[in-house]
Amino acid sequence: MSQTTEYTPKTDVGRIANFVNQRTGAAAAVKEFGRKIFPDHWSFMFGEVALYSFIILLLSGTFLTFFFDPSMAETHYDGSYVPLRGIEMSVAYSSSLDISFDVRGGLFMRQVHHWAALLFVAGMSVHMLRVFFTGAFRRPRELNWVVGGVLLILGMAAGFTGYSLPDDLLSGNGLRIIDGVIKAIPVVGTYISFFLFGGEFPGTAIIGRLYVLHILLVPAIILLMVVLHLMMVVIHKHTQYPGPGRTEDNVVGFPVGPVYAAKAGGFFFVVFGAIAAIAALFQINPIWNYGPYDPSPVSAGTQPDWYIGWVDGALRLMPGVLGDFSFERNVAFPWGHNTFVFNVLLPALGPALFLLGLLFAWPWIERWITKDNREHHILDRPRNAPFRTAVGAAGVVFYCTMWAAASSDLIATHFHVSLNDVTYWLRTIFIIGPFIAFWITRRLCLSLQRKDRETVLHGREAGVIMMSPEGGYSEKHEQLNEYKRWRLVSFDTPQYIPAQPDEDGKITKKEKRRAKWSKFFLEDRVAPVTPAELAAAHDHHEVEGGDHKSLGH
Amino acid sequence: MGDERHGDPKHSGAVDPVGQGDVNQFTNPGLPPHPPRITDTNPQAEKRAERQVMVLFIISVIGTVLFFFGYFGVGHTGIEIGTKLRLQNTLIGLGTAFAMLGIGLGIIHWAKALMPDHETAESRHEIAPESQRAEAQEIIEQVLEESGMKRRKVLRNTLLGAAAIAPLPAIFMFRDLDRSQLGAHAMVDRLRHTMWSEGVRLVRDPSGLPIKASDVQLGSAFHVIPEGLNELHEGKLNEKAKAVVLLMRLPKDKMTVSPGRETWNVDGIVAYSKICTHVGCPVALYEQQTHHLLCPCHQSTFDLTQECKVIFGPAGHALPQLPIKMDDEGYLVAQSDFQEPVGPSYWERG
Amino acid sequence: MKALSQRRRSPLAVFALLVIGLLVTGGLYAVASGSVSKAQADETTQTVNGSVENGSKLFAANCATCHGLAAEGSDSGPSLVGVGAAAVDFQVGTGRMPMQMQGPQAPSKPVQFDEQQTADLAAYVASLGAGPAIPDEETIDISGVSDEELANGGTIFRVNCAMCHNAAAAGGALTRGKFAPSLAGVSEQHIYEAMVTGPQNMPVFNDSNITREQKKQVIAYLKHIEAQGSPGGQALGSLGPVSEGLFIWTAGIGLMVAFTIWITSRHA
Repeated sequence: MSQTTEYTPKTDVGRIANFVNQRTGAAAAVKEFGRKIFPDHWSFMFGEVALYSFIILLLSGTFLTFFFDPSMAETHYDGSYVPLRGIEMSVAYSSSLDISFDVRGGLFMRQVHHWAALLFVAGMSVHMLRVFFTGAFRRPRELNWVVGGVLLILGMAAGFTGYSLPDDLLSGNGLRIIDGVIKAIPVVGTYISFFLFGGEFPGTAIIGRLYVLHILLVPAIILLMVVLHLMMVVIHKHTQYPGPGRTEDNVVGFPVGPVYAAKAGGFFFVVFGAIAAIAALFQINPIWNYGPYDPSPVSAGTQPDWYIGWVDGALRLMPGVLGDFSFERNVAFPWGHNTFVFNVLLPALGPALFLLGLLFAWPWIERWITKDNREHHILDRPRNAPFRTAVGAAGVVFYCTMWAAASSDLIATHFHVSLNDVTYWLRTIFIIGPFIAFWITRRLCLSLQRKDRETVLHGREAGVIMMSPEGGYSEKHEQLNEYKRWRLVSFDTPQYIPAQPDEDGKITKKEKRRAKWSKFFLEDRVAPVTPAELAAAHDHHEVEGGDHKSLGH
Repeated sequence: MGDERHGDPKHSGAVDPVGQGDVNQFTNPGLPPHPPRITDTNPQAEKRAERQVMVLFIISVIGTVLFFFGYFGVGHTGIEIGTKLRLQNTLIGLGTAFAMLGIGLGIIHWAKALMPDHETAESRHEIAPESQRAEAQEIIEQVLEESGMKRRKVLRNTLLGAAAIAPLPAIFMFRDLDRSQLGAHAMVDRLRHTMWSEGVRLVRDPSGLPIKASDVQLGSAFHVIPEGLNELHEGKLNEKAKAVVLLMRLPKDKMTVSPGRETWNVDGIVAYSKICTHVGCPVALYEQQTHHLLCPCHQSTFDLTQECKVIFGPAGHALPQLPIKMDDEGYLVAQSDFQEPVGPSYWERG
Repeated sequence: MKALSQRRRSPLAVFALLVIGLLVTGGLYAVASGSVSKAQADETTQTVNGSVENGSKLFAANCATCHGLAAEGSDSGPSLVGVGAAAVDFQVGTGRMPMQMQGPQAPSKPVQFDEQQTADLAAYVASLGAGPAIPDEETIDISGVSDEELANGGTIFRVNCAMCHNAAAAGGALTRGKFAPSLAGVSEQHIYEAMVTGPQNMPVFNDSNITREQKKQVIAYLKHIEAQGSPGGQALGSLGPVSEGLFIWTAGIGLMVAFTIWITSRHA
């Protein structure tokens, strides 16, 4: 080492940089990341929205912890909010009120924190929808898709544990609902409830316990998952949309230094600014309206935050009793009678397990059905994967129906319809809606694909009407240039693969089932235009022109 | 099959007959030519963009100033809530918003207008090169070999066994999460008992004043707690969470009374648990004309005229009725505790 | 022309649009919240003495179709014997009666009778049988309510009223198309009358359930939170997490989409 002459920097900054590099080898990281290429597309930025919201949550949350006291000890409020002065409440609620009214900027920080939480989960959701509909989860990114799914669940967990902390009437009733759902779990439910609440509901332990989960455990795991997620993005490099010059072997975009870093870094400030503007102008979770938690009162419009809404909606949709049949079943066992609370268990766990299970398993399901095990770095335009887009649309409708059900009472009052009718309608949509959505979406995708073929073969409608010397009218069609054409023809769409015999020459039952699904999903297929077809179409045009003439005379 | 549904395959828009797709493909034309931006060609535009970025940064500075104006200028804690606090929140918030947006939009505008906008391509690397895999496999095999994991089966198996049961204490440590120190049966049994027992007066929530039968007129609804609840020091909310009751009077001709419950009402005055049998929200909405009770959380609807049977929504069984009577002074009192557990169903409810 | 279109595409335009949008929203709300307090100032209670004779005529002409000639009730309307003057003052004074059409519930609408006519009708119905009277000014005068009593009014409101009318008195749904209305802008007198008469499906809260003093406290609480407004900004209807969720998915995500499109678009 000492043999070679050491580099001596000339400026102060250079000296510091050199010092750091000699001790950490940071130059390698600069070399690796400094000019790394990131593709540029608006739909790629929702992961960043979520990430930046999370950072804002950490910042604002830390501020709030300095003032919040998660104790459920009883106290009498004596802060500035007159309508609650002298009222008996928990220290947790009282300190939340103090943050709102007696800490300068505390109300703003609470609102930033809550709005950022809503945007955090919404950002993750949009990001996951983008990844799903463009097929970005395919090999080699399946594991990162799973990490993303885990992050979504953790985001909901972080949100729910935080929602309950102020110990106001709204969140208290939310906890009571959770308690009811937990108690419905067979065999262990009652005990889990006692262990969670430190005894009977509501007890004096739950807020402190949720607090530890909310500020320590859940954010720590989220942070870990975020690191994993980003590491895998580095390993895989980003996907890109199909386009001229883009192949499975390259990434086209801007280098991190300076353009991408400036855009992504600037975007953090933009997200922060947008959340701050919303928190400045729009009130969120006015806990002082709800009053302290007390098991006797309840407010109309008791709902969870939006990301828990779908589970709440499922609870609302489920009928508890049909005629004389109750979904609550008492079953005689040799040791006595026990109760299966299906009217709570089914809606609380069924849709969630189904939807999340499908979400986690989808990369493998798709690979199994299509037998496509290649690496994919070029994204699908959603229309070019009609089966997947249709499944996604069905999932979205399924989710949104439950989501709407969570606000059935507000739908009823705002559109002046009967609450009961809203529930009946939503029950119907819950069952048939996904199928209709699947069918319509697939038709829509196939039509769009055909439209693309049309455009490639006959050019784009130029909006110019031409009159032939004979007096016939026709619209001028502009042929696409090769770059635009490439976007429309460069896709690859999976085909139906009939059941294949295995090594022993036998067609297994599983393979037959796969073939059935494959046929159902992939049979209707629009292939991209081939050069041969394009050439044929051009010839056809000329012939057509000739026909015109002869017809004219 | 597809072709017939979608027209002649020779024409555009036709569905390709399955398995007959043409393999010959277009070739990738490569990156399109790059037109220069206005800031690349026009020095004036470049200067203008530079000025715009600067203005955005200055807006950020103004935002920070606005923040301090709101923080110190509006007032200290305990300011008037509707006007001054709102003004302060708005100023602090918009100040922060401008401070952040100014920086963010400025940087991005700088990047878009003034930094090079040439897209470049970078090639991907193989994620798992075969040579690395082979090397790793060798290493793992060597490690396993040297550790003796394969040869010394007894050691391996006893270690696995020990490791499997070692975490059990950590799980059982959580047994005392329930702070009651009760045994398993006694823990669950708590759900069957409330504060109500014979002679306990029905009093108003929250004032604690007793209720005379004559106070309860047709169409009124009383929110009721057991006498003595407000005086509890420990576990007050726990008891309240089970004991809250809704008291109403029904016209006698509208009541259906099942055998065994004939004496549970006082001249049409009935008391029912207010805790929803679905997941435990207070079923507090009483419609005095239809005699329906509605839970605002999940819309379970109970018919008071049919002993609070479920007529809509997700609840699985009727609200428990509290047997009541009148004491010597004309006040309403409980005859006993509820005859079944109140609130949501659970496994041991039976 | 070209210069204009170029300027329109300038990134500053997006920013300016945002600023304008934010300011307009804030400004609109300031105007809206101002108008609420103005509406309040218009509400003054006046006691007008009604005449039973005129009331009887008005009743025969406007109400008897449904409630019967002697107010004994029919299939389409309940008996009014014993409902009291307060019930009439509330139902007619808020425009709920006469009903426009049969429905799950009579909604409030523009008032059809002037104060004198309402008082006449009330006097007539009161003459048919004893019932709750229209409260005098002292009963609903909330100026003397102390802070402590105000807080107590809040507690009573949460236990007895919030489950239907919402904790912020923004209203809520009942079964089969019925609803509990928002209490914003409802006069002290009408709130009081609703409590003592139990209009439509609302339970009756007689004086032994909620005392006169407590009713006053509840009214004082409602008026206090109404006057106080929402310190955190626009209240989004005070409807809780649903409107908040809807807002983040429309305005929040919409804003993000606008920004991301701008960020990734090519500079002209």
